[in-house]
Amino acid sequence: MLGRRGLLRFLVLPPYLWLAAFLLAPVVLIGIISLRPEPGPINFSREWQPTLEQYGEILGTASYLRQLGISALMALIVGGAATILAYPIAYFLAFRAGDRAPLYLFLLLVPFAVSFLLRVMAWRLMLGSDGAINSFLEWLGVIDEPLNLLIYSRAAVVITLVYVWIPFAALPIYAAMQRIDRRQLEAAADLGAAPWTRFWRVTVPLSAPGAVASFFMVFIPTIGEYVTPRLVGGSETYMYGQLIQDFFGRAASWAAGSAAAVIMLALTVVLVLLATRLVDLRRFAT
Amino acid sequence: MSRSAIGVGRTRVPLRAGYVLMLVLLYLPIALLFVFSFNNNTVLSFPLRDLTTAWYGEVFADDALLESARNSLLVGIAAATIATALGLAVSITFVRFRFRGRAPLLGLAVLPLIVPFVVLGVALFLLFGFLDVPRSLATIAAGHSVIALPFATLILLARMTGIDPALEDAAMDLGASYPVTLRRVVLPLIGPTLLSAWLTCFVVSFDEVAIALFLAGQDPTFPVFLYGQLRFAQRLPVLIAMAVLLMVGTLTLTLIAFRLGRSRA
Repeated sequence: MLGRRGLLRFLVLPPYLWLAAFLLAPVVLIGIISLRPEPGPINFSREWQPTLEQYGEILGTASYLRQLGISALMALIVGGAATILAYPIAYFLAFRAGDRAPLYLFLLLVPFAVSFLLRVMAWRLMLGSDGAINSFLEWLGVIDEPLNLLIYSRAAVVITLVYVWIPFAALPIYAAMQRIDRRQLEAAADLGAAPWTRFWRVTVPLSAPGAVASFFMVFIPTIGEYVTPRLVGGSETYMYGQLIQDFFGRAASWAAGSAAAVIMLALTVVLVLLATRLVDLRRFAT
Repeated sequence: MSRSAIGVGRTRVPLRAGYVLMLVLLYLPIALLFVFSFNNNTVLSFPLRDLTTAWYGEVFADDALLESARNSLLVGIAAATIATALGLAVSITFVRFRFRGRAPLLGLAVLPLIVPFVVLGVALFLLFGFLDVPRSLATIAAGHSVIALPFATLILLARMTGIDPALEDAAMDLGASYPVTLRRVVLPLIGPTLLSAWLTCFVVSFDEVAIALFLAGQDPTFPVFLYGQLRFAQRLPVLIAMAVLLMVGTLTLTLIAFRLGRSRA
C-alpha cells in the first residue's frame, strides 16, 4: 500500500525528472557549448578548452547587438500594444459581459483554431502589392498603382504580431480581474469614490499582475521570433531570433549560436526578475 | 450586487462596441483566408471570379499534407497527455503537500514560459545531437510537452486550490487511503478541468512551429510542412483549405469540451 510519503515521491519525481531532462539539461548544455572554441559544426567527442571567444564575437559585433536591440524594442512595442488593446476587452469580459462571458471569451479565442502561420500569411495576402486591399481599391477605381502598404517592413511584423497576440494577452488580465473581490469596489463606492477613481485606485492596481503577465507572455515569444519576420518581413527586418536560427542552419556555427541563445535567455530572465520586483507575479500564479 | 457600482461609468466608455470592433478586426484576415480557399485562382484579386471547392478535393489527394496533419495529431496527443499528467502531479503536490522542493517544483514547471522558443529549440536540438538521438516526432513531442506544461499546471492549480481539503479528509476518515481518495474524490471533481487543460496543451502543440522546426526529422508536423510550402504561391489555396478543415475540427472539439465542462460544473 502506497503511503502518503510514498505517494508524494511518486507524484514529485516524474515532473522533476522530465523537466531536468528536457528543460534544465538542454539549457545547461547550450551554456557549456557556448564556451567551446569551434567556429563550425561541433564534434562532441573532441577535446576542448573553455573560452569566452563566442561571447566576444557576439557582443563585439555591432550588427548583432543592433539586431538584439531592435528585437527587444519590437517585442516591447508588440507586448505593450497587445496588452493595452487587450485590457478593455478583458474588462468588458470580467465586468460587463455577465452570463455571456464564456461565449464572448470563446468568440475571442476562435482565431487560435486557425494555424498561426496562416494568420501571419493572411496579412501578406492583405497588405501585399497584389494583395486584397490593393486589388480591392484598384477595382473600386480609387487607385491606379498598388499602394506600398508597409509589407516587408518592420511595421508589418509588428502589426501582424499584435494581431496574433491580442486574444492571448486578454486571458491573464481577465483571470486577474475575475479574482477581484467585488466588495472592494462597492466599499470604494460607499466611501465616495467616483467611477474613474474606483477604476484607477482599485481595478487597475488589482489587475496589474495580470497585465504584467500578459505583457511577458507576448514579449517573450516576440523577442525570440524568427518565423514571422521571414514571412511578412523583408531583408531589413532581420531579427535576433533569425540570427540564432541561421547560426544553426546556414552558418552551422553551433558554439556562436549557443552563445547568442544564452545572451537572449539571460536578457529575458533579467527582465522577468525586474518585473517580479515591481509586481508580485506569484499572486497571479496561485 | 448593483452592477452600476462597478468600475468605469457604464455610459462613458463604449466597451461593448470596442469588443465588437476587435472581433471584426480579428476575424477579417480569417474571413479573407476562408474566401481564398473557395477562390478559383492562386492570387486573391477583386472582383472574385469563379468560386470552387476544388482545393478541398485536392486536400484529400495530397498524401504528404494529410500525413503531416496526422503527425501533428500524434505529437499533440502525446505532448498534451504528458503535460497534463505532469501538471496534475505538480498541482496536487503543491496544494496538498508541504515539502522542501515544493516552490522550486512549481517554479520549474512554469519556467518554460520565460524561455523564448528559439532558445529552447536550439537547446533541445543540441541535446538530442549530443545524445545521438535521431530527430523524429518523439523529439518534437518531448519539446512540446515542456512548453505545454505551464499551461496545464496553471489551469489545474487554479482548480485544485478551489477544492476544499475537508472533502479529502472526510474520505480518509471514512477509511479511504490517499491514492483511493485522489481517484474517487479529487479526480471526479477536477475532471472537466483536466479535459480543458489537455485541450489547451493539445492546441499549443498542434500549432507550434518554432521549436518543431529545430526538432523535426524526416516526418514533418503540419506547421513544419506548411512552413516549407509557403514559399510556393500556387500551393497556398490548398494549404488554406486544409487549415479551414482543421479549424472546423478544432472548434467542434472545443465546443464539445466546453459543453461537457458546463454540464458537469
